Order: sequence, then structure tokens, then C-alpha cells
Amino acid sequence: MIKIDNIDKWYDDFHVLKSCSLEVERGEVIVICGPSGSGKSTLIKCVNALEPVDSGRIVVEETDVTAKGTKLPLVRARIGMVFQHFELFPHKTVIENLMMGQIKVLNRSRDEARRKAESLLERVGLSDQADKYPSALSGGQQQRVAIARALAMDPIAMCFDEPTSALDPEMISEVLDVMVELAREGMTMMVVTHEMGFARKVARRVVFMDQGEVKEVAATETFFNNPETDRAKEFLSKILAH
Amino acid sequence: MNYNWNWSVLFQEPYLGWLFSGLQWTLLVAIAAWVIAFVLGSAIGILRTVPNRLVRTLAAAYVELFRNIPLLVQLFIWYFVVPELLPEELGLWVKRDMPNPEYVTAVVALGAYTAARVAEQVRSGIQTIRKDLVNAGLAIGLTPLQTYLYIRLPISYRIIVPPLTSEFLTIFKNSSLALTIGVLELTAQARQIENYTFQGFEAFTAATVLYLVITLLVVLLMRLIDQKTRIPGSVGAN
Amino acid sequence: MSDFDFQVIIESLPFLFDGLLISFQLTLLALLAGLAWGTILAVMRIWGPAPLRWFSAIYVNIFRSIPLILVIFWFYFLVPLLIGRPVGNFTSALIAFSLFEAAYYAEIMRAGLNSVSRGQVYAGLAIGLSPRQNLQYVILPQAFRNMIPVLLTQAIILFQDTSLVYVVALSDFMTSASTVAKVEGRLAEMYLFAALVYFVICFSGSMLVKHLQKKKVA
Repeated sequence: MIKIDNIDKWYDDFHVLKSCSLEVERGEVIVICGPSGSGKSTLIKCVNALEPVDSGRIVVEETDVTAKGTKLPLVRARIGMVFQHFELFPHKTVIENLMMGQIKVLNRSRDEARRKAESLLERVGLSDQADKYPSALSGGQQQRVAIARALAMDPIAMCFDEPTSALDPEMISEVLDVMVELAREGMTMMVVTHEMGFARKVARRVVFMDQGEVKEVAATETFFNNPETDRAKEFLSKILAH
Repeated sequence: MNYNWNWSVLFQEPYLGWLFSGLQWTLLVAIAAWVIAFVLGSAIGILRTVPNRLVRTLAAAYVELFRNIPLLVQLFIWYFVVPELLPEELGLWVKRDMPNPEYVTAVVALGAYTAARVAEQVRSGIQTIRKDLVNAGLAIGLTPLQTYLYIRLPISYRIIVPPLTSEFLTIFKNSSLALTIGVLELTAQARQIENYTFQGFEAFTAATVLYLVITLLVVLLMRLIDQKTRIPGSVGAN
Repeated sequence: MSDFDFQVIIESLPFLFDGLLISFQLTLLALLAGLAWGTILAVMRIWGPAPLRWFSAIYVNIFRSIPLILVIFWFYFLVPLLIGRPVGNFTSALIAFSLFEAAYYAEIMRAGLNSVSRGQVYAGLAIGLSPRQNLQYVILPQAFRNMIPVLLTQAIILFQDTSLVYVVALSDFMTSASTVAKVEGRLAEMYLFAALVYFVICFSGSMLVKHLQKKKVA
């Protein structure tokens, strides 16, 4: 469903992504890991063209995201995105955060958008927070709202950019629980994370990136029990040590 | 110090009337110029943040040009030079038939000058917004224009209420320069009262107090606006 | 504008240059006096006893609320009255600018001093520095470094503001240009030339400020 084909990307003279390729099937959960600065966040931001690529192609369900003239807003609206620092709109209440895209992009009526928003808030367990501003919520609550905001657009796939790395330890599980549930329901997901427990639980495959390259793509159990590259072994030993 | 105090001069006609007429012109210049500065400055500030490099450069050039020439020089150029540079008919109209040319010129000059300063505030307000917050807007399918309308501008204007307040106060004070081309605003009237009565102390005190009162009122009003519009959870919010 | 007359600019250059020197002189002297008085006001505001704090706050707020032209008029009128004899308009303008600028420099100083984090203050005290040593070796050097770009920007504003002495006919650069403009009937030439000169000076100054700010970040 998502096909990343040999993409390259530069920041000035820094080569962030080096001929990366990856295919994600419908309903598949893929975890992308690797040391910081390895390009994993950039890679998933390329999927909905938040970061343009310099060469190569990315196709999402027949739509070439990287082609000139592609209507990016419509492509992006179909791919949910969750950010490291939540990025809720601070000047809007929780429920307005969930309604904005539905009204402005999908042209839903206010009533329809509100109903959808309310049901999603209930789903992530935050119905009672609907009329608060994001700053009044804990980090874990904000991230659950952010997931609900993405789901409000009825996405065909979800991208997560280190969704738990800005959270206090005791809030990580409430966010992961929502994500696990989503995965179980068959959502196609690309998740950049260091949460290896989450990976083992729901990921079908794990992608290991290092220095802008996709070093390893392997079935989850294979990756953890028998990583191919030395870099992946080293990375795993560090990250599983604590 | 040898000085004959005479505070009652301030309450005599025509001097009392002069003061109030001066205050009125000060406010008329400041408010009209502020409208220009706010609209033009917002536009230029926004243009300084767009992806197109040429547009950004042109907007930056405007800011540098208007910021690095003293307002008085700009005012004289608008008043004495610009009418000569206009197409002949328009130039003639400006020189002969435009109503209240001193007032109009002062407003345009002050507005164009302050626009450069407002533009800087708007730009910095927009640029303090994290890239991923804008990305979050793009990710739910907003167009770049919509991210300005619904995310970047609503947030940045709330952030910049305090600096915009001080820009308004600056325009209010800078309106005194209009006296150099003959607008009889508050400072000019105080000077005129001094010239007529030799009661400089009283005249300048009156002007000073009037400026202070207006400043105080503006500050209080803007504090109210700031509290009403402030984003919950931002620095200084309750 | 086909009849743009460069000759009048060239011929008046020596006269204009004298004016420019007056502008620089006024800027420099008002800068030094304003900086000194402004620093005292800032220190009074932060560390002074209540009456001095109030005085500083009232002083700063009054001067920041009224137009510079009014201040220039005030002292043009007040200084001879207080001294009891006429003084030149340069002296009265210098006093006006110094006292006026001090209010702005005081605010810059205050922000700069407050910009040094509390953690730094504790850290200095924790290694056993006396409060005075802490001010001298820890707080002031950091505060001053943070302030340099803003101080320079304010200096550029001050230089532009000196053009306002036009209202008391002190022959700075602006007034000189205006005199030539009127005498020779060459308004466009002289005012555009004045704009160019101010622009070159102030733009170079603001480029320098940008350069310093970049260095600070790095």
C-alpha cells in the first residue's frame, strides 16, 4: 500500500536519506528503529511529503506522493500522523483540535464533525477533557488526543514519529495501549520508536536504519533473535540493556 | 530660577482649545497610520515567511529600507519628493487638489515606516511556531494557505499582542513628527502656546500629561485584550 | 527626474560633512551619558530600596511615554531657564537625548540583568563568591554579552533620532541637508541623498548587529 522506492534526500550537504526503499502492506505494522540521527523521522515525514525528497518515488495507494502536481493536502489527509511533541493546536480546545481537519479539509458539517470527535475521544478515554485546552492535559493525554485527531480524518494508514519519547515514563503505557488496540484492529502503521516491547507485541516487521540507510528489514522475531548486521546487534544490546 | 507661574493659561481660550485640537490631530494621525501599518506590516511579515525566495527577499528589502532611514527624512521625501516622482497628472492633483495634504502625507509616511516594524513582529511571531506544529496542520490535510489562516496567524497574533502594543505607542509618539510638515498636533500646539504666552512650563506639562494619560489608557486596554486572547498555558497566562 | 542635479550635492559635501560630524558627536555623547545613567537607573530598579525603585520606574515610564520631540522642546526651553543664561542648542539637545535615551537603556540593562538565569546566580554563590563578586564575575559579563546586539540596535535608533534636532535648528546632517535643499531649491536631490547616507550608515550597523547575534548563537 505504501511503496518507498529508492529515495534520496539532502539537507544542504548532509545526506540524510541514502537510497531508501521499503514496502508496507495493507494492515501491516512496521516499527522503524535506529540510533538518533539515522534518518528514521525524516523517512516517515517523506511518506506524506512533509519533507520533500530529492530523488526516488513514494507511492501511496496508486498516488505518487513525490510527483509534481499531486494534491498533497488530500494525500496527507488520508495518512494520519502523530508527532513526538504531540503538536496539538494550542489555541483550540481538545474537541476543536479533532474537528478542524474534518470541517476544513473533508467539508463535514460541524455536527457531523463533533459527533465523530466525541466518539473518538471516548475511544481514547478522554471524553471528559473535550472542552479543555491542550495545555491543561498531561503529556500522555495530549498524545492520545493527537492520535484521535489523526483518526478523525479516517486515515488509511498511520505514521508515528517517536510518539512516546517525550513522555514521562508512567504515561508511556496509556499511549502504547491505544496504539496496540489500533494495530489489532488492522490499521496500517509505520512507527518510529525505541519501545521494543511494543515492536515485539504488534510489529510484523522491523526496519533498522543507520546513517541514512535502511540497513535491515526483517520479521520481528528474526530481528530480535538474530540480527544480521553488527550495527543492529550493537544497537539492540544498548537499547535492551536497560 | 526666574519664572512667572501661570497655570490658568491652560484653561483660557484659545489655548485650551488648541490643546484639545492638538490631541485630536495626534490621535487622528496615529490611528489612521496604525491601520496602514497593521495591514501592510502584516502582509509584509507574512511574505517574509513564504517558501518563494524572491518574495521573501523583496519583503526583507522593504523592511531594511524603511527601518534604516530616519522617519523625518522619510516624511520629507513623501512630502517634498514623491509628488514630483508621480505621473504628472497624479502629481499635480496631489500638490493642488488633494484635501489636507499635510495630514495625508503624515499618515502615509508614518504608516509605511511603522509597517516595517510591525512586519518584523509578525514574522518573528510566525517563526516562533515549531515546524512540527505546522506539519501537524499539513498532516491533517490543510493547505499551506490554510495553515496560515487557522494555525500560524491565530497563534502568532496572540503571541505578539504585547510587542504590537508598544508599536502602537511608538506610532502615537512618532505622530509628533507631523509637526515638521505643518500638522498642528499635540506637541506643536504646546510649542505654539509657549511661543504665544511664554508659559512653556505649563504648556509642555499639559502635553506631557496628555501623552501619559493616553499611553496609560492604551496599556490598560491592551492588557485586557492580551488576557482575553492569550493562549491557555502560554507564558504568563493564568 | 531627468534634471537630477548631482552638482548641488557635490558642492555642498563639505557643509554636509560638518553636519554629519555633529550628528555623530551627538550620538556618541548621548550614548555614553545615556548608558551610564541608564545603568544606574537599572541597578536602582533591581536592587535599590523602595523609594529609588519607584523613582527609577516612574522616570523610565514617563520618558518612554512621551515623544522625543517634546523632550527636545522641554529642554530647549528648560535648560536656559535653570542655568539662567542661554546655552547653545547643542547642549540642550545633548541633555535631552541623554536623559531620554537613559530610559531606554535602563530597560535594556534590566532585561539583560534579568536574563541571567537564577541557576547561574546560585551556582556563583555556591562556589563561595560574595554577592558583589558574583555580580562582577558571573552576572554582569553574561548580561552584557546578552545585551550587546540590543544596545547596538538602540545606538542605531539613537543615530536616526538625532535627525530630530531639526526642530531646534541644530545643524546636524539632516538640518544641513534641509538647509541646502531650501536655499538651492533642490529638495529631491538633497533629501534622497540624505536618505542614502543614513541608509548606508544604519544598514551597515544593523548588518554588524546581525553578525554579532550569529556569533552569539554559535
